[in-house]
Amino acid sequence: MISLELLVASAIAVLTAAGVYLVLRRRTFPVVLGLAFLSYAINVFLFAMGRLVIDRPPLFDKAAEGYTDPLPQALVLTAIVIAFGMTAFVVVLALRSYLETGADRVDGTQDAEGDQ
Amino acid sequence: MSLTVSYWVIASVILPAVMAASILLLLRHRLTLSRLASIGSCVALIIIAGVLVSEADGGAIQSYALGNWRAPFGIVLVLDRLSAMMLLLTALLALAALIYAVSTGADRKGWHFHPLFQFQLLGLNGAFLTGDLFNLFVFFEVLLIASYGLMLHGQGAARLKAGVRYVIINLVGSTLFLVGVGLLYGVTGTLNMADLAVRVAAAPAGDQGLIAASALLLTTVFALKAALVPLHFWLPGTYAATSGAVAALFAIMTKVGAYSIIRTSTLIFGEDAGALAFVAGPWMLPAALMTIIIGFVGLFASRGLRDLAAWAVVGSMGALLCAVSVFTVEAMGSALYYILHSTLAAAALFLVVDLIAERRAEHGDAISLAPRFRQIEVLSGLFLLAAIAVVGLPPLSGFVGKLLILDGVRATPHAVWIWTVILTTTVIGILAFARAGSLIFWKSAAVEGEVSLRTLRGKRGGVAAAASLLLALAVLTVLSGPITDYTAATARQLFQPADYIEAVLGPQSGGRR
Repeated sequence: MISLELLVASAIAVLTAAGVYLVLRRRTFPVVLGLAFLSYAINVFLFAMGRLVIDRPPLFDKAAEGYTDPLPQALVLTAIVIAFGMTAFVVVLALRSYLETGADRVDGTQDAEGDQ
Repeated sequence: MSLTVSYWVIASVILPAVMAASILLLLRHRLTLSRLASIGSCVALIIIAGVLVSEADGGAIQSYALGNWRAPFGIVLVLDRLSAMMLLLTALLALAALIYAVSTGADRKGWHFHPLFQFQLLGLNGAFLTGDLFNLFVFFEVLLIASYGLMLHGQGAARLKAGVRYVIINLVGSTLFLVGVGLLYGVTGTLNMADLAVRVAAAPAGDQGLIAASALLLTTVFALKAALVPLHFWLPGTYAATSGAVAALFAIMTKVGAYSIIRTSTLIFGEDAGALAFVAGPWMLPAALMTIIIGFVGLFASRGLRDLAAWAVVGSMGALLCAVSVFTVEAMGSALYYILHSTLAAAALFLVVDLIAERRAEHGDAISLAPRFRQIEVLSGLFLLAAIAVVGLPPLSGFVGKLLILDGVRATPHAVWIWTVILTTTVIGILAFARAGSLIFWKSAAVEGEVSLRTLRGKRGGVAAAASLLLALAVLTVLSGPITDYTAATARQLFQPADYIEAVLGPQSGGRR
């Protein structure tokens, strides 16, 4: 039987691994995708830091037997908003930089022939 | 906390926020008015910070609960000596940078310079005041987002290239910050820094590994902002590519990293944390020594004056973090004095260099032979003074600062290393600045022809802004007695986290629970 914890932990691990790999790429587009993956991983991670609880309300409920921690959910919300805004910004910035300099590489150098 | 003081504390965060919004919404097409509003806001911030410093100098730590939600449940702003000092430094620096930007017309090269500038101040002031770790993250984001805008202001290919790197590296840094914060919350169940200090001190042995991981992650993020080797590589490109006024303001940005290291290390992972006490120290010291070496060697590798100034920032951050990383009261006091000095000195150098580059027209800031340019007499003098301050020669405060650091670390086991590195690199620094200065100023007399410069902006105001920062350095030197008393008292306060905890959580907490 696979536990919920193992599933969530592996999901975070896979997202982080993909994110780190993509962030280290040379072109801006994979890097932006990598940043998005990393922020997804962090969102799930922050959420899990409030412990994984099933079928419990985060706020007051008379019928509830117990509660799940609402604070990480608020933190995740903040993190999502910031990551969303920053992803939009970095996409526009990368586009602008590409149009102005003609290079789509993070290190700012020109593309060589047959370069991936 | 008395009611009036709490208003002053919150005003230092609200004022730039309100000014930014109102300049953006009401004054966006009125350049003169938005300039006046922006300068007025900076002057008001200096007054507020002055009041707060005099208040904090009494020794009592004040805590302001936002929305009157009691700590540790709500977010608190905490005013102690360190916060007040950083606020005043930020406000003074901001005014000089702003006056420079206005008088050289740098604020007209793109949209929304003044709102971005005010948002930057909002982020900085908030980061220095907040007593909540997640709130620190939020203020970091505010100041970073504003800094992206300011850094790219005016645009141009070189600036965009450096900007992409700067933004990406900081986004990765923010991600790591969240991991550190999340880990700490998962283990202790709180994000209030005072409450964290209590809980980390009482943490069971089984949790200490996770807390140590979180402490090192947070230190890594702060070291990234503070440009500690090997996380310094973003700084020279970024600072050299942006405009002079913005680079001068960014002199405080690296200090936000240093401030956060000092705050978390002394409060949360301080002496009371048992096995976790100053867990980052052994990692930071070698890195800081390498930072000094690489920073000063980088001076020789610079092809332009802006690179030179940026590498000087890296070198000074190394000296600063060296003194921080031994974590003793004496060394911390000297590090705090060096924060004041190195911020103002770096900003002055960036402004002088920008003035020179402007006047050399097509030769720009390149360290190469070029004909004489306008105002060369004044600017060579200012460059000499700024170089003296940055390298740390007498009579300016750089000498006092380095002397204090050398004295402060004398009793620590690694003193030999720190002494050797700081003294050797000072010689290297002198050589590098002498080489740049003699090429640009002295040898220019032998070059025929003249630079083709049609219009010149900021002939008086720009020079005055740069000179005022040098004047501030002179004041820092003359008043080094009272100022070092203040920084020494600040260091003592930092190493007594029980006072901070009591101020935030109330008297019954008394340091330990």
